[in-house]
Amino acid sequence: MNGIHDMGGMQDMGPVLPEKNEPVFHAEWERRMFAMDLAFYGDWNESQGRFGIEEIPPADYLRMSYYEKWLDRMTRFLVRTGVATPEELASGKPATTGKWTRTVLKAADVESTTRAGWPASRDVPAAPHFRVGQTVRARKLNPTGHTRLPRYARGKTGTVVKDHGVFAFNDAEGQGLGEKPQHLYSVKFSARELWGAAASATDAVYLDLWDDHLKSA
Amino acid sequence: MGTTRREVLTSALTAAGAALAPVRSEATEHDHTHAAVPSAPTLRVKALETLLVAKGAIDPAALDALIDTYEHKVGPRNGARVVARAWVDTAYRKRLLENATAAIAELGYKGGEGDHMVVVENTPRVHNLVVCTLCSCYPWPVLGLPPVWYKSAAYRSRSVIEPRGVLKEFGVDLGPDVQVRVWDSTAEIRYLVLPERPAGTEKLSEAELAALVTRDAMVGVGRVTASPQGVHA
Repeated sequence: MNGIHDMGGMQDMGPVLPEKNEPVFHAEWERRMFAMDLAFYGDWNESQGRFGIEEIPPADYLRMSYYEKWLDRMTRFLVRTGVATPEELASGKPATTGKWTRTVLKAADVESTTRAGWPASRDVPAAPHFRVGQTVRARKLNPTGHTRLPRYARGKTGTVVKDHGVFAFNDAEGQGLGEKPQHLYSVKFSARELWGAAASATDAVYLDLWDDHLKSA
Repeated sequence: MGTTRREVLTSALTAAGAALAPVRSEATEHDHTHAAVPSAPTLRVKALETLLVAKGAIDPAALDALIDTYEHKVGPRNGARVVARAWVDTAYRKRLLENATAAIAELGYKGGEGDHMVVVENTPRVHNLVVCTLCSCYPWPVLGLPPVWYKSAAYRSRSVIEPRGVLKEFGVDLGPDVQVRVWDSTAEIRYLVLPERPAGTEKLSEAELAALVTRDAMVGVGRVTASPQGVHA
């Protein structure tokens, strides 16, 4: 989706403002929100989760803080997946059992679960469509669903610098189309290819893109 | 879908007795023009947790453990140890650049948002900068959770089109003889910058070197200096 989240190359966003001695969380509710979201991992995949943030209307997206976006997403997803009803969220009192597929995370399992992570590589045979050193062009895709191909790279020509191997394809996952495993590559785009003749002659931007994002050039 | 979202949000807000007002608790000092209502998300999140606990859908003790993990156990000190090891151990440095995930796991660091690591090395001719233009991808096991500026619209939008301008704001002024490589984290690969070891640190121990390494240097917006700056700089 060509949403506000796809920010690469936008201008007039102001200076970057680091906070001195920034804490990990800025309020207790941020701690609880972060942890609730992580505890629910599995009822929706990471790509669906990212699209859940991308669905926030642009003006709200820009106004909300990071964990406010997480709260907005979780509230919607709980209803969508059948964990809670809008009435329960309104009253704060359980009226249905609700349904979820994951095992409820216990404190004793937090360390092993977080260390196990959520690997996205897939041990399935898939032939690479491109090879290291090959010139490729990012496709001009404008899906209304989730995509990890940013607008600023679409239609641009780059060079494959590394084949990361076979990975679940985030675009397909986020659109509810399964994992569609395929090769993932590091693709180098020169700053001038992306931004024109006024850009640095030496600088480059590297993106990780899947087979379905690319074509031969 | 938009209707459902608004209905649900409105309901949740009504339940919490809170006003539908935006809150910028992460960035209040930068945004005095927006009136903050600090109680709104506090009440909404509390109500949500209460409901989910009552339904048996979450265990509050697990939330405590998750918070403790990412607030106290995982953070940029981990990445600093990786960098210091690479500076003193040539064989480790080679393994780190060839298979970062495995080399980082040698020091005990692994997990979500770090399942597939790549380390990129700064040299006198190459400067690396890491960003996620689409969301907030960041290597949790070695750097912890990302700071607010990394997730900000300014950093996400500008890093790819004018990395040198962003770097200058962070005090890194690069000449035309240095190539800037920007790594946009568009998949599940997570990037860590191996900064240059500062001159005058030849006699320091690995632990002393690790104390010099900052989060900013490992994201690529800072340099490591021979005097400590604090890891959160």
